[in-house]
Amino acid sequence: MNDTTVLAKDLTRRFGGFTAVDKVSIEVKRGEVFGFLGANGAGKTTMIRMLCGLLSPTEGIATVAGYDIRSQSEQVKRNIGYMSQKFSLYNDLTVKENMQFYGGIYNVRPSILKDRMDSWMERLGLVSYRRKSTRAIPVGIKQRLALGCSLLHDPPIIFLDEPTSGVDPRARREFWDVIYALLEEDKTVFVTTHYMDEAEYCSRVSVMQAGKIIAMDSPQRLKDRYGMSHIQDIFIHLLKNGEEKRATPLNLPLSGG
Amino acid sequence: MEPIVILRAGKTFGDTIAFHDIDLTVRDGEMFGLVGPDGAGKTSLIRSICTVIPIDEGEIRVEGLDTHSQYREIRSRIGYMPQRFSLYQDLTVAQNLRFYADLFGIGTSDRKKRIAELYGFSKLEPFKNHLAGNLSGGMKQKLALSCNLLHRPKVLVLDEPTFGVDPVSREELWKILREIRKEGTSILVSTAYMDEAEQFDRLAFMHEGSFVAMGTPAEVKSTFRYPLYRIQGENLRRLRDEIEAMPGVVEIQLFGDVLHVAFEREPEDKLWKRLAELGISDRERIKPTIEDVFLLVTGGRHE
Repeated sequence: MNDTTVLAKDLTRRFGGFTAVDKVSIEVKRGEVFGFLGANGAGKTTMIRMLCGLLSPTEGIATVAGYDIRSQSEQVKRNIGYMSQKFSLYNDLTVKENMQFYGGIYNVRPSILKDRMDSWMERLGLVSYRRKSTRAIPVGIKQRLALGCSLLHDPPIIFLDEPTSGVDPRARREFWDVIYALLEEDKTVFVTTHYMDEAEYCSRVSVMQAGKIIAMDSPQRLKDRYGMSHIQDIFIHLLKNGEEKRATPLNLPLSGG
Repeated sequence: MEPIVILRAGKTFGDTIAFHDIDLTVRDGEMFGLVGPDGAGKTSLIRSICTVIPIDEGEIRVEGLDTHSQYREIRSRIGYMPQRFSLYQDLTVAQNLRFYADLFGIGTSDRKKRIAELYGFSKLEPFKNHLAGNLSGGMKQKLALSCNLLHRPKVLVLDEPTFGVDPVSREELWKILREIRKEGTSILVSTAYMDEAEQFDRLAFMHEGSFVAMGTPAEVKSTFRYPLYRIQGENLRRLRDEIEAMPGVVEIQLFGDVLHVAFEREPEDKLWKRLAELGISDRERIKPTIEDVFLLVTGGRHE
């Protein structure tokens, strides 16, 4: 049995003259939690959107759960859960109605859906909020609801784009407990974050800059390699070195040019 | 005069309380931090201070002026950078600065000098003929800040300027803000990043619409009275769950690749022996971080 769940080779995406993702290759195995770190605009979200079949690559190939992201994007979508930065929930619906809606979108059979909804509401601590309007619930609860909605079709691979930004420190930790529980069920998790302590929770992290992966390994091996004890220091070190290399203003297009 | 004075201020939207019973004095020349997660009420409070939304209760004075009756005067004296400050993407760096100088009514002779000073802070001069839309996130942030400093405000208010910004650009922004403070500007900044609390002269923790702690970073940290240990070991989540169930443990949290454990009192050898049996490999008595304090004051479980 092949344990690779996501394979990308020279994946590239250009928007006009701007290269958002530049020849990125990764191989991620089942049961991994794989982190994307990087500055804003480094290409993390573009990378995730391509792997989710939401955006087609300009060049390169990738398979997700064995399906080609270009020609089999529908199958890709059925095998992944995707939680976007903005949580895409319907504020006018209740917590329960949001789950029903997403279950419907993913064509989960009603008999199965009911059990899964009950189970996720229980596990995510949403039971007491089920009849509340989504508009009125705290951010930390919204984040858990968004995660629940992305799991109703029981996908083997889950993509989380900055799931914990702005969430309070306690809720962030609870969220990671849920991620770890998912790993124990043999799921694979991709996550982007700006919190460097969360990088420690990943089995491997990749640091992206200007569309390229400039470092990729387990947190411990990165610390050994750079002789630093915190991922934050490694991250700043890597980005500063990269900044110096590309800080020449001449690289930017001039106005009107 | 105190740049910002807030007395028992409150604001409600429908049946949602944005903030309540807020008392705060920002002192002349200090950098004050509003620290708290999304939904804590930081943005609403900042908008009220900047006269964008009126409060329902209490009083807010900025430079001695009332936010209800004297909002026009306040607006001309403060610099306010909201979360999404609008730069004109299709204007160059220099054109954006000139445009905002026009809005603030800054004369041609003063403007040149001021823009030169701001280039000194921001290091944006080499980019002055580049379109704002082509700048990196960090550079856009510096340009937005410069636009808000053109009129030399006595009070500068920034709403989560470092949100979603990478650590390198964040570090640079703090450096610039410290330089601005040296010029005599009082600064109020909000952030959801606990580790940034160290940047402030004083700070308030905001949680569910009210302040749960206030003081210098050292004062806030000194409210943490329990002995705190950094603990290492294999399989930290299992270790955490087992230690959490032990008596005498006030708070236990994962911090990346280590655990922080607060005990009711200094643990005895017997307890350390138990912990060694559970598989801890190393321990060290540490001072609490701001995040430890936040987790404790918002915890409730052991209060």
